[in-house]
Amino acid sequence: MALRAPVESQSTAMVRFDPERPKGLLGRLRGAMEKWTLQQGGKDLEARLARLVAPQNEYGVDPFGLDLEFTKAALAPALWLYKNWFRVETRGIEHIPAGRALLIANHSGQLPFDALMIGISMLVEAEPPRICRAMVERWAPTLPFVAPFFARIGQVVGTPENARRLLAAGETLMVFPEGTRGLNKTFEKKYQLQDFGLGFMRLALEMQAPIVPVAVVGAEEQAPALWDFKAAAKILGFPSLPVTPTVLPVPLPVKYRLHFGAPMKFEERKAIFF
Amino acid sequence: MRDTVLITGISGNLGRTLARSLHRTEKVAGLDRRPFAGKPKDLELHQLDIRKKKVEDVFRRGEIKALLHMAIMHDPRLSQSEHHSFNVLGTKAVLEYAAKYGVEKVVVLSSTNVYGPRPDNDNFLTEDAPLLGSQNFPDIRDLIEVDMYAQQYIWKHPEVETVILRPVHIVGPHVRNAPSNYLRLKRPWVLAGFDPMVQLIHEEDVARAMQLSLRPGARGVYNVVGPGEVPLSTILRELGRQPIPVPHLLARPLLDRLWTYRITGFPPPELDHLQFLCTVDGSKAEKDLGYRPSSTLRETIRSVLGETPARANLSVVT
Repeated sequence: MALRAPVESQSTAMVRFDPERPKGLLGRLRGAMEKWTLQQGGKDLEARLARLVAPQNEYGVDPFGLDLEFTKAALAPALWLYKNWFRVETRGIEHIPAGRALLIANHSGQLPFDALMIGISMLVEAEPPRICRAMVERWAPTLPFVAPFFARIGQVVGTPENARRLLAAGETLMVFPEGTRGLNKTFEKKYQLQDFGLGFMRLALEMQAPIVPVAVVGAEEQAPALWDFKAAAKILGFPSLPVTPTVLPVPLPVKYRLHFGAPMKFEERKAIFF
Repeated sequence: MRDTVLITGISGNLGRTLARSLHRTEKVAGLDRRPFAGKPKDLELHQLDIRKKKVEDVFRRGEIKALLHMAIMHDPRLSQSEHHSFNVLGTKAVLEYAAKYGVEKVVVLSSTNVYGPRPDNDNFLTEDAPLLGSQNFPDIRDLIEVDMYAQQYIWKHPEVETVILRPVHIVGPHVRNAPSNYLRLKRPWVLAGFDPMVQLIHEEDVARAMQLSLRPGARGVYNVVGPGEVPLSTILRELGRQPIPVPHLLARPLLDRLWTYRITGFPPPELDHLQFLCTVDGSKAEKDLGYRPSSTLRETIRSVLGETPARANLSVVT
C-alpha cells in the first residue's frame, strides 16, 4: 500500500508558515481564546505546545487539515472543562508509548466529551505531548460547522485507510469501538460495554501498533439518558435522540477518571482471541 | 518511421499548453475539430471530429508512436447523448485505432472527479478506490465510462503501454474549467459551515505528468496531485475573494433554479465539491513516474489570476 511520508513537504519553495490571523471580530475572538488557553496552562503548557510538530505547509495546515494555531485557540474551553468541570484525574498515563499507538476506550455520555478529555490528557499530561486523532463517525462530515471544526483540530473520519495512514505516520489514534451504540446508550446500561466492531484489532495487527486500553470512569453518568426517541432521530437523520433530565444532553459536573493500561502488542497468528 | 506524438483535443487550453512544451523535444501532431490558435509551425494539425472515419487515416500512416488522449469534453449544458457519443465513442475509436496500427503508448487524461466528493471518502483516495463520481452527479457518467474503458483497454491490449492519469482540479492562467472559473469569481458561493480540504494542480504540472508518462515502461493508473492540500477558505483568502456563505440546505434548490433559468453556469451537483472531500494520494505517480509538482502551493493557487512562475520550465530531463 502506498503511504505518504508524514513530515515531507512537496513544495519546492518551502516558506516558513507565518500565522496570519483572520481579521475582525473572529480574529479578536481567536486571540482572546489563545490567551485564555495559555493563562490556564501557564508556562508548562506553552512549552508543551511548542513541542508539537505537525507537518505544516505554507498555509499552516497538515495534509489532514489540522491547524495548530486554530487548535491552540479551540483548546481554551476544553481545558477549562478538563480542570474545573470534570476535574479529570489520570492514572497510568506514563504507559502511553511514543509513536504509533491505538487508544481503545469505552464510549458514553451522549456527547463525546470523553474523547475530548482523553485528547486533552494526551496534550497536557502524556509524554511526549501530542495531538491525538479521534476516528470520528462518518456522518460528522455532513454536519455544518462541526465538519471543518473537527478537521482543523485534527480529527479524521474513521475509515480504515485513514487509520492506516495515520498510524504509518507515527500518530496516536483514539478509537471507540462501540461507536454511537456506546455513546447513546440509556442510563440503565451504564458501565456495560455495548456491541463493538473488531476493526481496531485488524488495524493493530496489520500496522503492528500497540493497543493502549483506556477506561473512562465518570462519563457514563454525565448525561443520564432515560429514553431514546428513535422516531424523531430517524426523521432528523441522527443516530439516536436521547432524552435526559436536562432535555439537551448537557454534561453534569461529574468527576472523570481516566485509567490507561499497559500497551498490548499483538502479533498475527499468535493472537488467540479469535 | 514512428516518431510522432498525436495529441487529441490539442486546441483546448490545456492541449495547447502541452503541445507548446512537447513540440520542442518531440514531433507532435494534433487532432481536434477546433482550429489551433497560435499553432507552432512544425506541428501538424488534423482538423477532424474525433468520431469521423477519416481519423483512421491519421493512424494508418504508421507514424504515430504515442497517443495522448485528452479530447474529453465536459460541457454541462450539452446533452447527455452528445457527451456520450463524443467522449465514450470517440475514446473507443482512437484507442482501437492505436491498438490496430501499433501505437506503443497511450496516455488518457481522466480526472479525480471520477471518485466524486463524498462525506465518507478517505482523506487520500488511492487509485483502486471505487469510481462513485456519478452517484450524485449523473451527468458525468460518460467521464467514468471513459476511465473504465481505458482500464479495460490496459488488460485487453498488454502490447500497448497505457497510462491513465487522474489529475486533481486543474488550474492555471489558460485553463477555463469549472474549478478555475469558480476561483475567478469575485464573490463565490461557499456552503456555510463547510470548508473541505482541496487539491489543485497547475496546468503545467499536468503537462509535465503527461510528458513523464511517455517514458518507456510507464503504465497503469495514476492520481496526479499538486503541491499539497489546503482548506477551500484558505484558497479564497489567498486570492482575495469575498465568499458568500449560503446554508447548504438552501444552496441546492436555489442553484437548481438559477441553473434551470440559465443565470449561472455552475452545475448544482458541483456544490458537493464545496462540501465534501475528493482528495487523493499521489505517491504512486511520484514513485513510478518520477512526477513531482514544480509549482509551489502559493503559485498554484495564484495561477488562476494569470500569474505564472517565472522559472516555469517544462522540459523533462531524462
